[in-house]
Amino acid sequence: MFAEVEPVEIESAADAVDQVMRQRKSSIRKGKMAVNREDDGCKPQAEWVSQVLRIRDAQDKAAFAELFRHFAPRVKAFLIKSGSNPSQAEECTQEVMATLWHKAYLFDPSRASVATWVYTIARNRRIDLLRKERRPEPEDLTWGPEAEPEQADIVSLQQETAHLRKALKALPQAQRDLIEKAYFGDLSHREIAAQTGLPLGTIKSRIRLALDRLRHAMK
Amino acid sequence: MKMSNEIKHHLTDELLMGYSAGTLPEAFNLMVATHLSLCDACRAQAESYDALGGCMLQDVPDTADLADGALDATLALIAGGAPAETPKRPSCDVLPAPLRDYVGGSVSEIKWKPVGMGVKQAILPTSAAASARLLFIPAGAAVPDHGHKGMELTMVLQGAFSDEVDRFARGDVEIADEDLEHMPVADISADCICLAVTDAPLKFNSLIPRLVQPFLRI
Repeated sequence: MFAEVEPVEIESAADAVDQVMRQRKSSIRKGKMAVNREDDGCKPQAEWVSQVLRIRDAQDKAAFAELFRHFAPRVKAFLIKSGSNPSQAEECTQEVMATLWHKAYLFDPSRASVATWVYTIARNRRIDLLRKERRPEPEDLTWGPEAEPEQADIVSLQQETAHLRKALKALPQAQRDLIEKAYFGDLSHREIAAQTGLPLGTIKSRIRLALDRLRHAMK
Repeated sequence: MKMSNEIKHHLTDELLMGYSAGTLPEAFNLMVATHLSLCDACRAQAESYDALGGCMLQDVPDTADLADGALDATLALIAGGAPAETPKRPSCDVLPAPLRDYVGGSVSEIKWKPVGMGVKQAILPTSAAASARLLFIPAGAAVPDHGHKGMELTMVLQGAFSDEVDRFARGDVEIADEDLEHMPVADISADCICLAVTDAPLKFNSLIPRLVQPFLRI
């Protein structure tokens, strides 16, 4: 599908992302993304938007339960992958999901998908929890009064995100791994060594072993 | 905070992605958050990296089941009420919100310490992995010729400075690494205030600043 795109050498996760963006542009130019009939086995992201709005407008617990069933196991997996132990991750996931309820009034579907929004809440909580650090956030945008976003803006942002997700899924595994490492691998080797007291060399070879095992398991 | 369309020197994709992924040291997060407060282009870019994080979360290879009763426990947490929001600090023409939180107020609250030749600095409390400080360079003054051991980012908050590379004004970020030796000079029109973050100590090239350096804690 992306055969016409010039291959570029992938050296870092940022390069891999750049590649995805190039592919998206090329596909959009050819009109290939205009129709998306493919079922990826998940509910469309726009559907999660209505759940968040039902929480915001009606404190709807059934809508929350649906979001919880979908996102909580993903948030917990994300936290475990980036270094929490399972009981810490469980507690933290519940806090992240509670934050989602409390901050539903801040969610702007013309600016982010629900998955993006949940990701940012989970990431910030992870920095609190694992690093015991503050996370400085940019100043709120202050131009003009807050208006209810236009339906067309919501639809286009949600579609954009769905395309990005599809492009990511179409990446070769090695490039996906790079991006995953950038997002889920919170600690550098040196930081891991400092926290566990293990020498750097041991850590590196353990990571290599784990990676080898993983690669083997994927054959 | 007034938005400026004139920012010429931006953050790199690596820094924006690192901010979004949550893997930068606190001092670098502070730099990115401060720049994003002034730069719409980088803010949009950072938010698309957040979207990437959202996709990675959606398609995380293995999901992890929650404990029995987790939904009820979460609803109980919700019923307990939202945690108190930290009060917003009043605005300041020089310091964007993330910096006001670290300074504890507006530009007049900065606790400057002189470091010689009219230059002053204030170290901000961040984790030790990297350091952040505000720099005050009097109008027309120069910071001694120096190189860098690690990576250093300097962003202008007030006034402007020029060096061998270019001129940097409010919102512009200069990214210096081991290859850059420079002598920034503040514009004559106004005192220059910058946020500087580094993951290694600065090294100065003339003898006296080098002797002074250990006392600067930079």
